Amino acid sequence: MKILYFAWLKEKTGLSSEDCPLPDGVTDVAGLIDWLIQRGAGFDDAFKDQNLVRVAVNQEHVGVDCPLSDGDEVAFFPPVTGG
Amino acid sequence: MIRVQEQDFDIGLEVGKLTDGNTRIGGVCFFVGLVRDFAGDQDVSNLTLEHYPGMTEKQLQDVEAEAQDRWPLEASLIIHRFGKLAAGDNIVMVAAASEHRAAAFEACQFLMDWLKTKAPFWKKESSPDGAQWVAAKADDEAQAERWNTPKKGS
Repeated sequence: MKILYFAWLKEKTGLSSEDCPLPDGVTDVAGLIDWLIQRGAGFDDAFKDQNLVRVAVNQEHVGVDCPLSDGDEVAFFPPVTGG
Repeated sequence: MIRVQEQDFDIGLEVGKLTDGNTRIGGVCFFVGLVRDFAGDQDVSNLTLEHYPGMTEKQLQDVEAEAQDRWPLEASLIIHRFGKLAAGDNIVMVAAASEHRAAAFEACQFLMDWLKTKAPFWKKESSPDGAQWVAAKADDEAQAERWNTPKKGS
């Protein structure tokens, strides 16, 4: 799967995008966030306040209960502020 | 039509292109968003707009299609810039053209309200104290939410 990070999530994780296989036991976005948090301080900090994190799967806005499969493109970002 | 671009746009030219050759159009309503030079009590010299290429275009197309579905529009336009912008610069332009003004006015407002909560853009403002990411406003959510009760103009 492909994981993308934008705005301060990119700064805190130190990554703009990464390719990785769907981790064992992860079936939805909430599970992926739990898995990411365990990777280190930057990830822990980025996902500390999950009220401020929005998610898109395959470029559509979704909730953390959205199921995931290996070919998905998952993006994490703050609430949008365009316009 | 939707466009996501780094370069500036010419408002008059865009309105002209939108209506050119379609004499069924009786009115065009447009909105242009600009970079303010302040945020609260802070001076802002410039801002950087980050976006999610691919998803941005997809979301803007969906917002435009929804407006076309809800109102009898002859033409519509969304242009959104990204990159580094200075105070006074154009950020966004939306326009709606229809036979009568009610649909144009309503659709124009709808395009902006939905774009603000759906299109994946993030602003980072630079002030004398440094740069910081702009927080989303709860009011934007409320403005978008009011269109969730389908409403048809004519």
